[in-house]
Amino acid sequence: MARNVNFDLNHPLMEAGLESPVDEEVVHDSFSQLIAEQSQNESPDAYELQQLQRQLDEEGRDHISYLSGPGHNYRERQQRQGQDEWQEDGMQTDLNIGERWSSATMKILSSMPSRTIGRSRGAIISQYYNRTLELRRRRQTRPSIRDFSPSARPSIRGYGMERDSIDGEGTEMTKRERLVNNLQNLSMSDRVRMLRAIPLSVAEKRELRASALQKERRTRSASQIPCCSQLKYYIIIAVRQSWYSWLSFLHSLQLWQVALKRVSGRFGTAVLSYFLFLKTVLFFNIFLFLVTSAFLVLPQAAHPPGLHAVRHSFSGLELLTGAGYFSDTVMYYGYYCNYTLHSSCRDDGRQNISVSNGTGLDCMSKHLSYNMPLAYFFTIGAAFFITCIILVYSMSKSFGQSFRIDKSHSILAMKVFCSWDFKVIKKNSVKLMSENIQTQLKELLAEVNHKHVKNTFCQRLWRLTVHSIAWAICIASTTACVIGIYFFSQHMHQNLQQTSRSPLTSQNPLRYEASLLALPVVVSLINLLLPGLFNLAAWMEDYESLSVSTYVAIARNLMLKVSILAVLCYHWLGRVATDRDNNHLMCWESFVGQELYRFLLMDFIFSLLDTLLAEFLWRLFSTRVLKRRRKPVFDIAKNVLELIYGQTLAWLGVLFTPLLPAVQIIKLMLLFYIKKSSVMMNCQAPRKPYRVSQMTTIFITLLCFPSFLGASVCVTYTMWSIAPSSSCGPFRGLKNMFQAGKRWVEELEKDNPNLSVLARAHSFLVENPLFLFVGAAIFLIVIYFHSQVVDGQRKIINLLQEQIENEGEDKKFLITRLQSIHEQKRTPARRLRSQDSSC
Amino acid sequence: MGNKQTIFTAQQLDAYQDCTYFTRKEILRLFYRYRDLAPQLVPLDYTNQPDVKLPYELIGSMPELKDNPFRQRIAEVFSEDGEGNMTLDDFLDMFSVLSEMAPRDLKAYYAFKIYDFNNDDFICKSDLQKTLNKLTRNELTEDEVRMVCEKVIDEADLDNDGRLSLEDFQHMIVRAPEFLSTFHIRI
Repeated sequence: MARNVNFDLNHPLMEAGLESPVDEEVVHDSFSQLIAEQSQNESPDAYELQQLQRQLDEEGRDHISYLSGPGHNYRERQQRQGQDEWQEDGMQTDLNIGERWSSATMKILSSMPSRTIGRSRGAIISQYYNRTLELRRRRQTRPSIRDFSPSARPSIRGYGMERDSIDGEGTEMTKRERLVNNLQNLSMSDRVRMLRAIPLSVAEKRELRASALQKERRTRSASQIPCCSQLKYYIIIAVRQSWYSWLSFLHSLQLWQVALKRVSGRFGTAVLSYFLFLKTVLFFNIFLFLVTSAFLVLPQAAHPPGLHAVRHSFSGLELLTGAGYFSDTVMYYGYYCNYTLHSSCRDDGRQNISVSNGTGLDCMSKHLSYNMPLAYFFTIGAAFFITCIILVYSMSKSFGQSFRIDKSHSILAMKVFCSWDFKVIKKNSVKLMSENIQTQLKELLAEVNHKHVKNTFCQRLWRLTVHSIAWAICIASTTACVIGIYFFSQHMHQNLQQTSRSPLTSQNPLRYEASLLALPVVVSLINLLLPGLFNLAAWMEDYESLSVSTYVAIARNLMLKVSILAVLCYHWLGRVATDRDNNHLMCWESFVGQELYRFLLMDFIFSLLDTLLAEFLWRLFSTRVLKRRRKPVFDIAKNVLELIYGQTLAWLGVLFTPLLPAVQIIKLMLLFYIKKSSVMMNCQAPRKPYRVSQMTTIFITLLCFPSFLGASVCVTYTMWSIAPSSSCGPFRGLKNMFQAGKRWVEELEKDNPNLSVLARAHSFLVENPLFLFVGAAIFLIVIYFHSQVVDGQRKIINLLQEQIENEGEDKKFLITRLQSIHEQKRTPARRLRSQDSSC
Repeated sequence: MGNKQTIFTAQQLDAYQDCTYFTRKEILRLFYRYRDLAPQLVPLDYTNQPDVKLPYELIGSMPELKDNPFRQRIAEVFSEDGEGNMTLDDFLDMFSVLSEMAPRDLKAYYAFKIYDFNNDDFICKSDLQKTLNKLTRNELTEDEVRMVCEKVIDEADLDNDGRLSLEDFQHMIVRAPEFLSTFHIRI
């Protein structure tokens, strides 16, 4: 039987973070490992006879010993610490089961290999011994001298022999020794991973580790290693030490440890996931900020270009609008210089003082020059590229964790065993959680009991109409808002052109600036109010399943946000950027950057308002006026979508406002504390079940797909095909931003004809659309293959699951056979015993 | 640095780091948490491995465990003597398994032990009843408890012997992605 189960020994045991569905079979592999272990003790026949004898003696006592209470349990546990004690287990037979099988069968059953996994220390040790063996066999690509030391035989040669000898002896000591040997021969990181994963107590693990280390040292001193490998050893140790200290340093950086603990202690995993998501977004921004400030802001700030504009005075309104005082600072695109200009050559002087009055070309030809346009181009490009990689990586990881073959059975079991949130430590929340679990269990029971309640045709029709009405309302309101924004932005744009032409502007700059705020306020207001309408529609629809209603809410909010952003992007890139004939804007990039700053800020202010109104005032209202004891529930989906929206703005704006990530960082920091205190003060733990890992996956996907991808498409479009403004910024005078690279390559070629290959490669790779197509095609093909692989794996998993079920059937069959054999054997044995007693 | 040296030797810290999912800092923090439970019992010098055990009453009064219905089981499972009295090693072990980094297999193993109230290495109906009563604070009626027990065993028991072995349990856990995030205590 075990051979049948032994379908795959090459599974990635060690990657046993168990993150992808491929790893699932790890759990089922243990039959074969343990069969070997089991058969080593006695020969099965002898065992069975012995068991039978004992069982005959003890049959009467079974139930008494079961009833003997908890003291017995502890005694039993202590005995377990020592040796293989499955004889003892027969006495533990549960009353319920005793009715089904005879106790002898139960004994055999409970000593079946699959049942002994991890039961005694010996079993654990030998299980992990087998795992280490397998690991070693797989890593045997580089057999080193150490492996051939006499104390530890290399697994390729000695594998069979070791198995045999184990079968012969099988005492715990030798098993232990072998485990130690194996541990010793693993690489350092593998050993640590293995040690950590063994379910033994820390004290024992330390012993194992100590003996493995000791052995290693002994073999090393015995077999005179050349000094270079000793050096290697020391280097490895040093690297490991520094890695550990780096880890603890990283750990000390962990933000908001205490705050997160308090939130999770009170609200559990669901609400915590919002704050963790906020933290993830924050880290993306910190990364962006570090990159842009190191490569753009600092070099530019250290060497300011000549002041060409009048310095605006600081009035305070700038904090809101981002214009005026800030407009000619490192914050915006327009401030950054390009080196083809005469004046900016002073920058070059910092590295090479002798060339203080060179022309642009001279500057370019200097080796130590810092080519700002190029730096700008590549910094933004690299930042986006790395962000993309990180996002895709975390997305795939998240998918791996939450992707399961969703078979609907064993829901109740999961509910019972996996629904208790061990993080929750506050008394009220614990109470609430057990109430929730109780109601969920009741609901599930009811569901299981009458599964098929068919709706009548009328009911279904009614539901369908309600849903379509709700969707119609949502889509109509979204469309109306989007059209409104479209015309309003157009109006504002024309208004701006007129005011900038008329001399009035100079008289009343404050009013002009304030008028800039109108569009962001309107958009944020829509963002605040429409989700309320959507909630109303969802309330009208009255979804039965919670997950469906969550998905619907997310879909509607997403629809709104995406369409708003699309209109805004059209407004900025299609209208403001191409509309330079009027020349009312000196620098459209800076203007768009300011707009994005305003949007980000308004989004923040309105989410504060939302917190205040929806959470604080509503709580006051419901507790004071309505006299309800329930507090509002924190709406995770809505809040996360707001975060995603804000992050999209930040990504859109990096190109125009290199310091926008800094603003976003401050915003997120404040938001964290405000949301945290609001949640603590105003909300109660969610009453409904919430599938955290699934939702996290969805959110990270949303952050990647419409949000990041949309932003990067806009940025690439800007770089490739919109002409930068001619009087400001690092790309002035170029047809598009992307030409900065081309020009640089041309200069390089002029300087050094040998590099013409590079120039040709550049023109071929970057300018040729064919390359882009080929790249995209390869990308698509890779994705296609991956999806095919996943599909195949899914099929395999289904097959394996079927196989498991078949094995279960086989087992049942064998057990009944066993039972009947026992029945037959018992009758003659009884007769025998009665004869004995009569003698 | 000097402070660390007086509590543990460097080797001890290394060993702890290799055997748990904690960094140096966290190990020290956990030590202080442990010590704060009974400052008069726990010495500040662990270099010669003193034999100190904190009784269950102290362990169970930690805020992380105080209101957890399974606190006694957790303490019992992780303590060497099976009665909830913990040495520092046991204490570290407990929080290491319950930490974020621990793999699913390890967590599932200990979760199984926790739910196996009578220590017979199987989750049988009586264990399930106890689990349910703890989960719902005895609010379910006897009938409901019985039904839930039957259903759970029916769903998760692969070999039809009427109780869940570790293998059955692991097989079920694999399909519950939530488990990793809920079987986790923040320190």
